[in-house]
Amino acid sequence: MFDKILIANRGEIACRIIETARSLGVATVAVYSEADARAKHVALADEAVLIGPPQPAESYLKGERLIEVALEAGAQAIHPGYGFLSENPDFVEAVEAAGLTFIGPSASAIRAMGLKDAAKKLMEAAGVPVVPGYHGDNQDPEHLAGAAEAIGYPVLIKAVAGGGGKGMRKVVAPQEFAAALDAARGEARTAFGNDAVLIEKYVEKPRHIEVQIFGDGGEAVHLYERDCSLQRRHQKVIEEAPAPGMTEEMRAAMGEAAVRAARAIGYKGAGTIEFIVDASDGLRADRFWFMEMNTRLQVEHPVTEAVTGIDLVEWQLRVAAGEPLPMTQDEIPLKGHAFEARLYAEDVPKGFLPATGTLSHLIFPDGARIDSGVRAGDTISPFYDPMIAKVITHGPTREIALARMTRALEQSEVAGSVTNLAFLAALTRHQGFAAGDVDTGLIERDLDQLVAGVVPAPRIVAQAALAAAGLLQPGALSGFTLWAPLARSVTLAHEGEEITAVIRARGPEGAVIEIDGAEIGADCEASGWRFEGVKAVPMARAGARITLFSGVAPVFDLIDPLDRAGADAGGGNLIEAPMPGLVKAVFVSTGEAVAEGQRLAILEAMKMEHTLVAARDGVVAEVLAAAGDQVEAGAALVRLEEDEA
Amino acid sequence: MKLASRILPSSEAFHANRAAHLEALATVRAAAETAAGGGGEAARARHVSRGKMLPRERVANLLDPGSPFLEIGATAAHDMYDNVAPAAGVIAGIGRVEGQEVMVVCNDATVKGGTYYPMTVKKHLRAQEIAADCALPCIYLVDSGGANLPQQDEVFPDRDHFGRIFYNQANMSARGIPQIAVVMGSCTAGGAYVPAMSDVTIIVRDQGTIFLAGPPLVKAATGEVVSAEDLGGGDVHTRLSGVADYLAEDDAHALALARRAVRHLNRAKPQTVQWQSPEDPAYDPEEILGAVPADLRTPYDIREVIARTVDGSRFDEFKPRFGETIVTGFAHVMGCPVGIVANNGVLFSEAAQKTAHFVELCSQRNIPLVFLQNITGFMVGRKYENEGIARHGAKMVTAVATTNVPKITMLVGGSFGAGNYGMAGRAYSPRFLWTWPNSRISVMGGEQAAGVLATVRRDGIERKGGSWSAEEEAEFKRPTLEMFERQSHPLYASARLWDDGIVDPRKTREVLALSLSASLCAPIEATRFGLFRM
Repeated sequence: MFDKILIANRGEIACRIIETARSLGVATVAVYSEADARAKHVALADEAVLIGPPQPAESYLKGERLIEVALEAGAQAIHPGYGFLSENPDFVEAVEAAGLTFIGPSASAIRAMGLKDAAKKLMEAAGVPVVPGYHGDNQDPEHLAGAAEAIGYPVLIKAVAGGGGKGMRKVVAPQEFAAALDAARGEARTAFGNDAVLIEKYVEKPRHIEVQIFGDGGEAVHLYERDCSLQRRHQKVIEEAPAPGMTEEMRAAMGEAAVRAARAIGYKGAGTIEFIVDASDGLRADRFWFMEMNTRLQVEHPVTEAVTGIDLVEWQLRVAAGEPLPMTQDEIPLKGHAFEARLYAEDVPKGFLPATGTLSHLIFPDGARIDSGVRAGDTISPFYDPMIAKVITHGPTREIALARMTRALEQSEVAGSVTNLAFLAALTRHQGFAAGDVDTGLIERDLDQLVAGVVPAPRIVAQAALAAAGLLQPGALSGFTLWAPLARSVTLAHEGEEITAVIRARGPEGAVIEIDGAEIGADCEASGWRFEGVKAVPMARAGARITLFSGVAPVFDLIDPLDRAGADAGGGNLIEAPMPGLVKAVFVSTGEAVAEGQRLAILEAMKMEHTLVAARDGVVAEVLAAAGDQVEAGAALVRLEEDEA
Repeated sequence: MKLASRILPSSEAFHANRAAHLEALATVRAAAETAAGGGGEAARARHVSRGKMLPRERVANLLDPGSPFLEIGATAAHDMYDNVAPAAGVIAGIGRVEGQEVMVVCNDATVKGGTYYPMTVKKHLRAQEIAADCALPCIYLVDSGGANLPQQDEVFPDRDHFGRIFYNQANMSARGIPQIAVVMGSCTAGGAYVPAMSDVTIIVRDQGTIFLAGPPLVKAATGEVVSAEDLGGGDVHTRLSGVADYLAEDDAHALALARRAVRHLNRAKPQTVQWQSPEDPAYDPEEILGAVPADLRTPYDIREVIARTVDGSRFDEFKPRFGETIVTGFAHVMGCPVGIVANNGVLFSEAAQKTAHFVELCSQRNIPLVFLQNITGFMVGRKYENEGIARHGAKMVTAVATTNVPKITMLVGGSFGAGNYGMAGRAYSPRFLWTWPNSRISVMGGEQAAGVLATVRRDGIERKGGSWSAEEEAEFKRPTLEMFERQSHPLYASARLWDDGIVDPRKTREVLALSLSASLCAPIEATRFGLFRM
């Protein structure tokens, strides 16, 4: 076994790896960018080395620098985690050339699986079923359109070098093909520097079921399947193991296919074979096709760990250190059911936009495994994936594991950023999901229902109002008047709505809060506050923002009348950055007349390009940003002249 | 020295007392509610329809959420001016803004356009007097048409009339006591000087106006036709004239600007007394209503009130065995050290000497004084006059009159004759003077006054050889008795601002604590007593 390893990653996965390394008596070297100087993984590791500025290209993607640090620190191996350099064969070669061990597959195995069309050919040759499609080198749009026609609509355009849903487009009809191709290529170029695409049959009622495999370069085993069908725009949201409705026959077929695939490339380490499954007729052994192989540890590996009791990172380290596979296929247990939900800082009502913020409050309940790279007080920066935590629950049955997940999500307390917590909780209560009736279209179909704002109960609003007024710790003279109480109003903003609460303090014993004409009684008892007789919910306050934790986590912002008056001056003439990002281009200049809908600028943020358009006809009064500027969310980019009408 | 109460809350007397006090309280509560209602529903609806906050909302939203509000003259002008000026058309009191105690004076435009009746002027000046004594920043929420013209002879010419408001503003400003005005409505004629004389002035757009003469008067005088907004609106005054400093979009914004102005005052409360952690009394203040006899003529031990007012019911009684008709001693009220002077019977020479001594002690130690006043007067008769009770009484009055420690007076029973003087009555400028609903105040008891008049009358009739029957005497005494009963009632007294307000006896402790806290916003100057007649 190694004495010391370097972890070429950050966030929860770096923390996760450190934990196992420590349990094996292996010392760890963390690396960090300037943005992560105070990050959790830096605090956890035995050593930590600064490697560069926040931009990944300047830090976590700088292979030579990482190898240099590993050598200096005396590490014998590098664990790449997922993302960043985990599937970069050039990096693997450089690591090995430096005399270090890469904890993962060989460069050739990564290359073999890295380009999707080549991977499919390889798999087809190994007897693994693949989806009908065009994986050819001829990238002429006409030719590709012809191939799509031959496969039959609907089809899927995918970046050859892609992953994680980038550079992927579904096309329903031939006339949409050209535009979708351009878009997919644009994204692929930005994300991977390679705009080659492949075309595939789009499977109706598809399920995404993947098989965890593990190889030691010779032998290979599988650790059963995970169902990752709950996706939104090809991003996994909740994963589970085993797949609901899985039969022994199907599991054996998929497992064998996966092991065949691994053996075909002499795979070493943890990998995942992703299959697309046509579930329109239940799970059938002849209706799964190879999609791609991920030659790394997956984000969702904890569900497999939960049902097998195996520490996959431990296996990675042991196999990389030269040990054979710790178990044979027959020895690998499968016990109970597990779920993982990905908790992100993202603005669900605004179309799941990635968010940033300082997590002023972060508490998770007992009864769930929490893999997190952040602590209370840490910041979700615009530079990296905005994941807050993976919440993992396990239970003897699917029903119990799911109930535990619902409870864990409802009792998770996150403040300081918007999150997808309410969306995840809604998803766990979705009837189809609860019944195991999943497919990759589930979220899209029922999105409205899943993201529907829950109107907070009056007692919740009352609690927020009292907190906003700073009255939750009443003094002996709180609200004292000689005769009738004074009625103080507090205005809160909640999801774009203004709520005015009129508070009449009743001295130290309580208050009456009037909202929309209804009165809510609040009593301060020795055991704490009660609103309409119900115990106050946990809450957090950071500045003017109050977050209550009541299943969903409604956020209320105390409105300062001084701010409100100031905002009027803007008058909606500003085009603002919807999120932090890099201004890629500005298309207008001062004095230019623009039409409603005309594009004014492009903001690149979280690997996506956002086109900002004029909300109305008008004349540009001022251009406040230039291409290349890094801007914060809400930064004014373009100002239009006052509308005379 | 925890006081031991001898009251039985289960006794019949306790219940009877409580019932009587609750009845007296109900009368005052009704009057306070009427006063708080301002100019009535129609006027309030009209006010709100203009997008303005009601005056009490303005006060509430100016203050910190949950701030206590120690209102001054809540029932001013009660039963005066045919009851058209509830609360005298102005709200005044002490509350906290940005954690600092301030005096708020808020016109009620729903009451005769916020115009100044004689009691309005008196209340405004009283608020300023408190602010000056306690060094409290003043915030004027102005919405007033100026002097009430039909009452001009009672509000304009004299020293303590309208002009004194601006004199006070100038002199408080000179002393470094901030003056902040928020113009939320009219500010006409003399009223224009409230914002103009302030250190910082905020005006609400399309709502606040400041001018020496309104559009009608301008037209009459010069023929110029001009709108109120163009003559003296918020835009004009913040952009052209400089009469106001900040332009607010609405009431809420204006109040927020005023709060921000207070945030930047850079003031701190002076170090005066040694505060302790507050502690509830061991006896429930609620029991005051049952412990204190309903009938003023029934004697009771004032320590029963002290036990329900001070921290932990602990009382270090000074000279307990001497001059026992007055109780003096040290205690804390919500953490603030106080010297308590409380009547426990008629004043004798020894009691007067003891009080003078105790007031000297507190003055030397910078301990604020609390007077619990329930006094029928100094003892009369040859023995007492001959031993010089007037000389001893004068010592007490001198000490009380000249001490510089803050004095807070709570009228808990009778306040008659020279006893009122020795116990820091209004003329002795206590920082605050509060009164219970059961109290009575007059130069002497009604019975005594009618008796004196009847004796003089009987002597005159009998000197002329006439006769005067008992029925005739009773008929003669009746109007005097009735007059005294009416005029000694706390609502009558409070209407005329002889005190700062009527308080629920159960809130005595809080009222004292807030009064003390406000008083201690000003440093305590060293005392130089007058001559004590030895």
